[in-house]
Amino acid sequence: MTEPLVILSGVVKRFGDFTAVHHLDLEITAGEFVAIMGPSGCGKTTTLRMIAGLEVPTEGEARISGRLMNAVPVHERDTPMVWQSLALFPFLNARENVEFGLRMRGIGAAERRRRAVQWLERLEIGEFAERNVETLSGGQRQRVALARALVTEPPILLLDEPLSALDAHLIIRMQGVLTRLQRELGITFVYVTHSQSEAFALADRVVIMSRGRIVQVGQPREIYRAPANRFVAEFVGRNNILSGISRGDVIETALGIFPAAGLPAADKPATLVVAADLVRIDRTPTEGAIPCTLISEEFVGATVTLFLEAADGTDLKVQLPERALGDLNLHAGGRFHLSWPADAGHVLAEG
Amino acid sequence: MSARIATALLLGWLLLVFIFIFAPILASVVFSFNSDRFPTIPLGSFTTRWYDTIFADPEIGEAARASIVVSLSTSVIATTLGFATAYTDYRYNFRFKGPYLALILLPPTIPLIIMALAMLAWLSWIGASGQLWSIVIAHSVLTAPFAMAIIRLRLNQIDPNLEAAAWNLGSSEWKALRSVILPFCRPAIISAACLTAAVSFDEFVVAWFVSGLNKTVPVIILEIVQGNIDPQVNAIGSLVFLTSITLVVLAQVFFISRISRT
Repeated sequence: MTEPLVILSGVVKRFGDFTAVHHLDLEITAGEFVAIMGPSGCGKTTTLRMIAGLEVPTEGEARISGRLMNAVPVHERDTPMVWQSLALFPFLNARENVEFGLRMRGIGAAERRRRAVQWLERLEIGEFAERNVETLSGGQRQRVALARALVTEPPILLLDEPLSALDAHLIIRMQGVLTRLQRELGITFVYVTHSQSEAFALADRVVIMSRGRIVQVGQPREIYRAPANRFVAEFVGRNNILSGISRGDVIETALGIFPAAGLPAADKPATLVVAADLVRIDRTPTEGAIPCTLISEEFVGATVTLFLEAADGTDLKVQLPERALGDLNLHAGGRFHLSWPADAGHVLAEG
Repeated sequence: MSARIATALLLGWLLLVFIFIFAPILASVVFSFNSDRFPTIPLGSFTTRWYDTIFADPEIGEAARASIVVSLSTSVIATTLGFATAYTDYRYNFRFKGPYLALILLPPTIPLIIMALAMLAWLSWIGASGQLWSIVIAHSVLTAPFAMAIIRLRLNQIDPNLEAAAWNLGSSEWKALRSVILPFCRPAIISAACLTAAVSFDEFVVAWFVSGLNKTVPVIILEIVQGNIDPQVNAIGSLVFLTSITLVVLAQVFFISRISRT
């Protein structure tokens, strides 16, 4: 086991009275694609900026390749970043933007040019090398920003919501570009985003943050199927979250009693999380099914999410493939019955 | 239909405003080529005599040289000061920033005559009056706020991450200032340099008070006018106007074209 590339230990960041990051511990291995994900203001960007040296931790240690970085200024680190705003230099053309990092390192003009052009070609924008960056499209500018960050062949690339300004179809394409690049280069990518689809599509490991703290770290699938707490269950995916009380091997909720594994001791509060895509919907009653009224549906192509309401007002969600809608005969106000297999529930030991 | 009438009326109004502003200057230019000694209608014949006499007059030549030296020096000093203060405002937050900015922007609000008297008193007290560079000092104080205002406007448009992006790519703060902030501000800096030069070139009151025996062009114009009615002033005035308007137009070209692009 080699030493992790980045180690944040006991890191705290305060801005005046506001604590942006509370006592954070995180290790990032060389060659790993890590996504830090959370709602705005959760401290994800501050964490990234501390790795880049743009913020100095108030407490704790930040190490890169074993070296204590707390006091190392930004320009002496090799931690290039792709900015949310891209921050391309508007007075330089695409090639000169890419050359910037090499120029700052005192590399000769001919060598600079060769390497910059090489990177622009690798990202398939070689033909725009001499164009003013302000005349390029969003996707092209994105590629210039990537080339500019990668031209110095750093051990790590930091990305701060880099795709948030792009159209949906471009986001998918750029995700492909990023995944391919990261595999080919074998370097560490630390990717900050509020988008679940980006984090899950790209990362080997996802770090979920809330209010300055890490609330769960794991592989995308792990986080999706086994959220560690109520925050993650609400933030990730489409989950039905039912509060209740443990009765040993069943959980008692307002909607009924459901068998579940991994419950805390009897009479302790517990929460049952059932992913919307594991819920079964029928027109006819089945044993133990919850009768519901359809409120609305959200159609996004291949999948459809149905929003229903139980008799006591609890909101429930069902996600299913569009072609499975078949003869359900959906209409608002329609009566349906929801159920799920006993092993579909995931239990949280909290109320 | 009424919209077209409104547009026509507005255009007519605009034309009137332009006539109001430029007619006197235009008249001065016309009379500078008029052979008659007095500015009266009908005009005499076309002549370049007044231009010939001013180019031949060593005193006017001396004043022109003084004006050029003063306005160029002022432009460099005021633009440097203006950039420094604008960058301080952009980059740093400190406790007395409000008063700091107010103080910097104060000079143009002081009546010129008061400013001139104060400058004269102060400069003679520290033994620096009556020199060409006395005018440079006074003009720099007077014009630096304009330079600052222009450069500050440009800095307001910068992507706040631009400088950090330069550090992130390995440039120290000084290098980032040189390779990112200065190039970004270049149009505003050129514009500020042109404008401060133009203001200094035209400025009379302060120059008259602190110049001593060193006369700038506006000062010499007054002396000529005080002596007698001499069409030479029309010729000098036309040249001064040409210089100033060129500088101002240059300032506009550099500034407006960039501002509207971002």
